[in-house]
Amino acid sequence: MTMDKAYDVVIIGGGPAGLTAGLYATRAGLKTLLIEKGVIGGQIANAELVENYPGFPDGISGFELGQLMHQQAMRYGLETIGAEVVALEPGGKTRLVRTSDGEYVARAVIIAGGSELSKLGIPREERLTGKGVSYCATCDGPLFKDKTVAVVGGGDAAITEALVLAKLCSKIFVIHRRNQLRASRILQERAFAEPRIEFIWDTVVDEIIGDERLEALKTRNVKTGEVSTLNVSAVFIYIGFSPNTGYLKGLVPLDSAGLVITNERMETTTPGIFACGDIRHNSAKQAITAAGDGATAAMATERFVREQG
Amino acid sequence: MAKPFDVSDDKFDEEVLRANSPVLVDFWAPWCGPCQPMGAIVKELADEYGDRMKFAKLNVDGNPKIASKYGIQGIPTLLVFKDGKPMRQIIGLRPKAELKKELDQLLG
Ligand SMILES: Cc1cc2nc3c(=O)[nH]c(=O)nc-3n(C[C@H](O)[C@H](O)[C@H](O)COP(=O)(O)OP(=O)(O)OC[C@H]3O[C@@H](n4cnc5c(N)ncnc54)[C@H](O)[C@@H]3O)c2cc1C
Repeated sequence: MTMDKAYDVVIIGGGPAGLTAGLYATRAGLKTLLIEKGVIGGQIANAELVENYPGFPDGISGFELGQLMHQQAMRYGLETIGAEVVALEPGGKTRLVRTSDGEYVARAVIIAGGSELSKLGIPREERLTGKGVSYCATCDGPLFKDKTVAVVGGGDAAITEALVLAKLCSKIFVIHRRNQLRASRILQERAFAEPRIEFIWDTVVDEIIGDERLEALKTRNVKTGEVSTLNVSAVFIYIGFSPNTGYLKGLVPLDSAGLVITNERMETTTPGIFACGDIRHNSAKQAITAAGDGATAAMATERFVREQG
Repeated sequence: MAKPFDVSDDKFDEEVLRANSPVLVDFWAPWCGPCQPMGAIVKELADEYGDRMKFAKLNVDGNPKIASKYGIQGIPTLLVFKDGKPMRQIIGLRPKAELKKELDQLLG
């Protein structure tokens, strides 16, 4: 193992939590590496406009917000690589981080892997992803200009994306398994006022129909049991999130949903391993709270590293 | 140092389909978050594989003909053409190591 692969802190994930942890850790003088398998910015990079991150009164594009956070942390010496962390080994003084692109040794590890949009888990969902099945309206929405599309879900993400699509598509069906939305009031009001959005309540999607591309959805009303076919060119799926914690089982305590349990200092019960952001049990799942968690985690990490000497 | 070149609907036939080496086409758009890191990876691949194949970028915003001809319904999507035919399609952002494996396989 060469010395240049040894760090004070390795941060897993480059979303708002990991980037903020990186900013605080580097400013505290810790040699810090951030490992990101996908897009810098994490989930927020998919948000067309973020209107509730303080400091940006006119809102800011999620992609840009992620880039700015990254630039800010890099000014203080944050190193970043593009790789996926596949295993983590606790240990006495140091921890080993295995990635798709080599191994790193760290005195402390901050887990900031967030969560991923959940899949419906129905036939042809995977095969038709990118062929009408999408998890990113800002990416793929413009390819369905003036077409009829569906959004599945009723939370903030679903409604935000339905509103993005309302600017592009001729008709948007929002399919939700309950008869009211979970999304914040202001988003609900905008969606109800949007004539191109039509809600289909108490309904789930059982099947995706199409060979080469999505052609229709088979839906079922959970109250009446009535089955219908809905012809759409695309479906955007926002039914919730699954945490990226598969490789952490048995290593740090997880709740029944797979989220990491920490105390208020973002410490897990495994010494030297911290967690912050959406990946944490009971997180508020917002960019600003993830960022706050990241700062707290970095401060606790600094203390841990200094105490270890 | 080989670099990806921009290709348009009009030039696609000449610059991709009739090229005398395989061409990887990166379908992207400025509004798409994951297209940015994918673009950065394609740039690095062009640098490493530029002597054996070509790398092109097609902005689907403004070049709808080719995107719809090849059924592009999600971006980023990579299509690798050989002798005018699409040989391999890769949808969504992938780690660089995985893309290198694909290219190594394709180039034999
Ligand atoms: C469409 C959409 C719109 C949203 N709009 C808003 C909004 O307006 N306001 C708001 O406050 N919040 C919004 N959110 C929520 C917000 O994006 C999240 O709360 C926030 O991004 C969480 O930050 P995080 O750093 O904890 O995790 P994430 O943003 O999920 O980042 C985690 C990162 O870790 C990486 N990662 C995971 N596992 C590994 C691994 N093993 N190896 C390497 N890397 C890994 C992932 O690739 C990811 O990039 C929105 C979310 C979505 C999807």
